[in-house]
Amino acid sequence: MAEPLLSVRGLRKRFGGLVATDGVDLDVAEGETLAVIGPNGAGKTTLIAQLSGDLAPDAGTIRFAGEDVTALPAPERSGRGFARSFQVTSIFREFSALDNVALAVQAHAGHSFRFWRRAREERALREPARAVLAQVGLAARADVEAGALAHGEQRQLEIAMALATRPRLLLLDEPVAGMGIDESQRMVALLRTLRGRHTIVLVEHDMDVVFALADRISVMVYGRVIATGAPEAIRGNAEVRRAYLGEEVRA
Amino acid sequence: MSWLLVLEQCLNGLQFGVMLFLMAAGLTLVFGIMNLVNLAHGSLYMVGAYFATAAFGWTGSFVLSVVFSLLATLAVGMVVEVVALRTLYERDHLDQVLATFGLILFFNEAVAMVWGRTALFTTVPKALSGHLQLLPGLRYPAYRAVIILVGLAVALLLYVVVSRTRLGMLIRAGASNRTMVAALGVNVRLLYTIVFGVGAALAGLGGLMAGPIYTVQPGMGDDILIQVLVVIVIGGIGSIRGALVGAVVVGMVDTLGRAFLKPMLSTTIGPAAANDAGPALASMLIYILMAAVLSFRPQGLFPAARG
Amino acid sequence: MRTPRTLALAVGFVALALVPVVAAALNQPFYLDLVRRIMIFAIAAVSLDLILGFGGMVSFGHAAYLGVGAYAVAIPAFYGVHSGFVQWPLAVGLSALVALVIGTLSLRTSGVYFIMITLAFAQMLYYLGISINAWGADDGMRLARRSQFGGAVDLGNPYVFYYVVFGLLVLLLWLGHRLIHARFGMVIRAARSNEPRLRAVGFATFRYKLAAFVLAGAACGLAGALLTNQTEYLTPSYMHWTRSGDIMVMVILGGMGTLFGPVLGAIVFLLLEDVLAAWTVHWQVVLGPLLVLIVLYARRGLWGLLAGRG
Repeated sequence: MAEPLLSVRGLRKRFGGLVATDGVDLDVAEGETLAVIGPNGAGKTTLIAQLSGDLAPDAGTIRFAGEDVTALPAPERSGRGFARSFQVTSIFREFSALDNVALAVQAHAGHSFRFWRRAREERALREPARAVLAQVGLAARADVEAGALAHGEQRQLEIAMALATRPRLLLLDEPVAGMGIDESQRMVALLRTLRGRHTIVLVEHDMDVVFALADRISVMVYGRVIATGAPEAIRGNAEVRRAYLGEEVRA
Repeated sequence: MSWLLVLEQCLNGLQFGVMLFLMAAGLTLVFGIMNLVNLAHGSLYMVGAYFATAAFGWTGSFVLSVVFSLLATLAVGMVVEVVALRTLYERDHLDQVLATFGLILFFNEAVAMVWGRTALFTTVPKALSGHLQLLPGLRYPAYRAVIILVGLAVALLLYVVVSRTRLGMLIRAGASNRTMVAALGVNVRLLYTIVFGVGAALAGLGGLMAGPIYTVQPGMGDDILIQVLVVIVIGGIGSIRGALVGAVVVGMVDTLGRAFLKPMLSTTIGPAAANDAGPALASMLIYILMAAVLSFRPQGLFPAARG
Repeated sequence: MRTPRTLALAVGFVALALVPVVAAALNQPFYLDLVRRIMIFAIAAVSLDLILGFGGMVSFGHAAYLGVGAYAVAIPAFYGVHSGFVQWPLAVGLSALVALVIGTLSLRTSGVYFIMITLAFAQMLYYLGISINAWGADDGMRLARRSQFGGAVDLGNPYVFYYVVFGLLVLLLWLGHRLIHARFGMVIRAARSNEPRLRAVGFATFRYKLAAFVLAGAACGLAGALLTNQTEYLTPSYMHWTRSGDIMVMVILGGMGTLFGPVLGAIVFLLLEDVLAAWTVHWQVVLGPLLVLIVLYARRGLWGLLAGRG
């Protein structure tokens, strides 16, 4: 097998006495969707934050496309093709939906030490942004203030901002959190279109979503990955059922 | 320069550091627990100095003036908390800064209306006006020695209260989990008012002790406030230990810089240049120290663990 | 609902342009002096709003640049260099440099640390000013004459000086308007809105915030150069932290995150100060609580009120 696109070894992060990630190893191949599941407090969000560069690990390495990116801060990782969504919706609330996405385009379209020309009149920013908004199904909502969008739409907008950076690796932190059934189904349909076109690390609680999208699944408990495998194998893994699905071991 | 002189200046530095600590402790507690930036903390220091000076004038008794000033500053602090600051806890820091800036203007002017704009002078109480023979050849003013002892005693007391008592437990819990404390049946509002009042009284204690050795005038709290901010940035906000270490370091550096920078410079760059550069550099020393700390530890030396 | 604002803007602009005419007709040069002073502080307030209102950086040390600009005029003048072509670029360049140093250190932190650090560094410059005897220490020094530009631009003529200040204010507002809508402006406004998100999409936010910080410092340095020319006097008290507070109040009072709000804030604040000071020497005892009330109940500022709801 060729070298995986993302390769994590021995990732460790502690907060005081609490170990959030305790020697995590992960490999994600190009084009693959890896779901990370686990109970609350297993360290999944901390893992995403370390992968995205928002949080510096205490130990371990993160290699991406053959390069060690462990020491790179978030903006530079974005420059190399990382993009993320946040568990708690994170958008520019006072800006229009189109502005939000156009900012993400702008970050990857030359420098922004430009003081004269109106950014909202730059077609090189607005047109790709409109295209991405259409891709996630928000074309009709382009001019609405992002803070005024419905919750599900804001989650879609997050995905749009990530896509607008033309990422190679998408880090999705509970993309359907807080959604109703309809919204959730629409999001899954959207994410399904991204499978294979992007490499995805998905943290999710909703098992239906996980089994609908994942090529492989890693199970995290207390900061450790206790099992990784194909969805069917994970479904049948006794240790996983005991630790995570909370089933009693039958005597 | 003799080493006795250096030792004496070190004691002066410690004495100044202790004053800074009394201020910094209150400010850092109020920030750590209520998440409030109170720029008007210096005003409470000023109010303490004025109350003590006035009470000393009325009663002629130093002890009475101390008691009066402490209680009065405590009361002023609690009133200010209830009237103006309580509603600011949930606001952002910009609002807090602006509102407390308004309070500073008010207090400075109110004090000037009552006692006038010219500086008041008050004397060291007779019983403490002598000197202590610390070492052969080193006589140190008893009053300053008392300030050092009082400051260190307060530091010890605060440490014990915060780390060992139920009140301290509530204070530490209040910092991280307001609803949890409320669920225990504790009146959080009252707790906050008390904490603020105690912080005010500590500032007042600093002010009333400062009266006899510095000048008592409107705006006297503003200069020390800025130095206290430097202490807090160096020590790490929200931490009593950081406040103590930062205060002593800043007190020492400032005092020693003012005492010895000029003579030291004059041996290297000549007396004329040192006359200009010495005081200028000395006035910048603690800020340079702050910049250095920031470069290596942006969160200060003892950042409080906050969730 | 832009009409009330547009109307206010047009009226304000024409009124400012006509002040010298009215002052001359009424033979009241005092008004000329007052409004010129207001406009100088308006420049300072607009520059602060660039980082405070648009960039979300609560700098409590903005008066530092006012002082640096003032010293950059007064010190050359003290040594006999009166040319404005030397003094003014020096004022802008030096304040930009000071802002670069302070910004590099303070922008490593955020929140309440940033407030305290900017305040402390500004106050350091104040203490430095009062400890340098050669340049007047805390008494300051007189400016022998206003900056010299030669030809028709004679700042000694109060009307010429007025229109120079007016022109610079309008220029700054125009440049500011371009800037906040350009790419750079989008980035710093987004940084105020949600910095972690901005970093996640790929912006190294520090350099943009620092650049805004430096630009704001430079513009305020120009205001400082104008201020010494206005008073024909230099005093370290231009850098005193209460002055930083005043400028900040102007921004909030007028409406932060808007271009014209700070101008309105400067006008109202300084007029209020003038009126209160004429009424009682203890005007600050009124102003202080007034500030608290504004913070508590009128957060959107006067310019925001003009816009009505929404």
